Amino acid sequence: METLSVSGLRKSYGDTAVLAGLTFSLRPGECYGLLGPNGAGKTTTLRCALGLTVPDAGDIRLAGLAVPAQAREARLRVGVVPQMDNLDPDFTVAENLLVYGRYFGLADHAIHARIPQLLEFAGLAGRAGAKIGALSGGMKRRLTLARALVNDPDLLFLDEPTTGLDPQARHLIWERLKQLLQQGKTVLLTTHFMDEAERLCHRLAIMDRGRFIAEGSPREVIAAHIEPEVIEVYGEPGESSAAEWAQAEAARYATRVEVTGETAFCYVTESRPLLRHLADRQGLRYLHRPANLEDVFLKLTGRDLRD
Amino acid sequence: MNHFRPPSLSLRFIPVWRRNFLVWRKLAIPSLLGNLADPMIYMLGLGYGLGSLLPDVGGVSYIAFLAAGAVCFSTMNAATFEALYSAFSRMQVQKTWDAILNAPVALDDLVLAELVWAASKATLSGAAILAVVAALGLVASPLALWALPVIFLAGLAFAALGLIMTALAPSYDFFMYYFTLAVTPMTLISGVFFPVGQLPAAFQAISAALPLSHAVQLARPLFLGEVPAQALLHVAVLAAYAVAAFWLALGLARRRLLK
Repeated sequence: METLSVSGLRKSYGDTAVLAGLTFSLRPGECYGLLGPNGAGKTTTLRCALGLTVPDAGDIRLAGLAVPAQAREARLRVGVVPQMDNLDPDFTVAENLLVYGRYFGLADHAIHARIPQLLEFAGLAGRAGAKIGALSGGMKRRLTLARALVNDPDLLFLDEPTTGLDPQARHLIWERLKQLLQQGKTVLLTTHFMDEAERLCHRLAIMDRGRFIAEGSPREVIAAHIEPEVIEVYGEPGESSAAEWAQAEAARYATRVEVTGETAFCYVTESRPLLRHLADRQGLRYLHRPANLEDVFLKLTGRDLRD
Repeated sequence: MNHFRPPSLSLRFIPVWRRNFLVWRKLAIPSLLGNLADPMIYMLGLGYGLGSLLPDVGGVSYIAFLAAGAVCFSTMNAATFEALYSAFSRMQVQKTWDAILNAPVALDDLVLAELVWAASKATLSGAAILAVVAALGLVASPLALWALPVIFLAGLAFAALGLIMTALAPSYDFFMYYFTLAVTPMTLISGVFFPVGQLPAAFQAISAALPLSHAVQLARPLFLGEVPAQALLHVAVLAAYAVAAFWLALGLARRRLLK
């Protein structure tokens, strides 16, 4: 089964290079994550892959077809969950699925036959006649996911699918995505939630300023780019300042230290010396945990705000 | 890629047209009443009120003269409103276009669907007005039924012009300029309310280039039971407006959306 492969993808707007030469491909049945801060180029990559943005250079093949030349045909095999909900507010839940299925050239009876199972999958059974305005944010996301499945696609593109959802709603979306992966669908996911990527992605790429700065399985990326353990040290301004402690003493115990405000992130390969030291320090609290993808992300893309 | 390359059209516009039709069907009665009220108020107010003060206009009573003008005027308004406000909502506010473009529908198909839909909606309301006008005894013969394809064609022309504005508009406020600077002056010099012959020569020349006056010159004889003079010319002008404006609107929409 052919999925998506991209090579040498470049796109600039004016003098700004949004994509600076991306090459990656999805293996059938995997979940591949694109991670990056706002403006890293994630959404532009998806738009190029769907043929909605024409790149300045590079080759794209989607579902075995050249994009953008045959993008429309290729989209027959793809389902898309966009970043912003764009369900049709004039329609009911079921009408949204019916109307969307027609865009794929599906006959009404074929769509009607699929609607009950799609609603069941989305946890919206019994809501077929509900208006969109009456749905919660989580329900709308699930309906958008069901809409993306109306054509039974091989490949799913999800652009920040859980942004703005509460934890219950996020977990339900993750559960459904795992089910889809078990069914053999291939998923391309953009997110800036590192726990989401760690949970779902078989492989991922961290993007910044239009290029990949790390790629591999979550474990590989963590192992390649960061110390295995982190001790976060918290203090208060004044006598028990974590920032002052970090400046004076942390380097003796940690391979690398990052300070933001009154929190010091100490990256270590051997945690015991630092833990012993902290046990004797009054006023400093700490949290000892394994390093995760968020640590890698912040190390590689920096802690500065991106707007 | 050149945004202003020729349109690449297909029947895939039909599911998008059906989407808009399904929305309309839910609100068909209030929508039709709304589309009827405006021209009927003009017609009855001006036709009977002002008309009672006037001698025959163009050889018929003023209200009979006005009937065809009012139908064309309301066709223009229906198509224009749909192509401006409703299409803009779908494109910019509700992001309906974004959703559709993720499916196997090209922007060319989508803009074509908006064009044909706006003309269809204008025809639906035009048919309702025609029925009322006929019930009032203001049409001379079944020849008036030919006004329906004229309404559809004029609807295509005005919808295409409206879609240009939609593809350019930063917000709804922008559309006021189009109404104030284009639609209203065009209405006054296209023979809707009075014969173009009453205008100074310069205005007559401008009028001859405007789509609304060609629509009126087709519809008015049909209402009065006559075959329009130079019918092919008028049809060709309206068709040319529709094609050229659609091409331009599509190019602008590509430039706006396929960045």
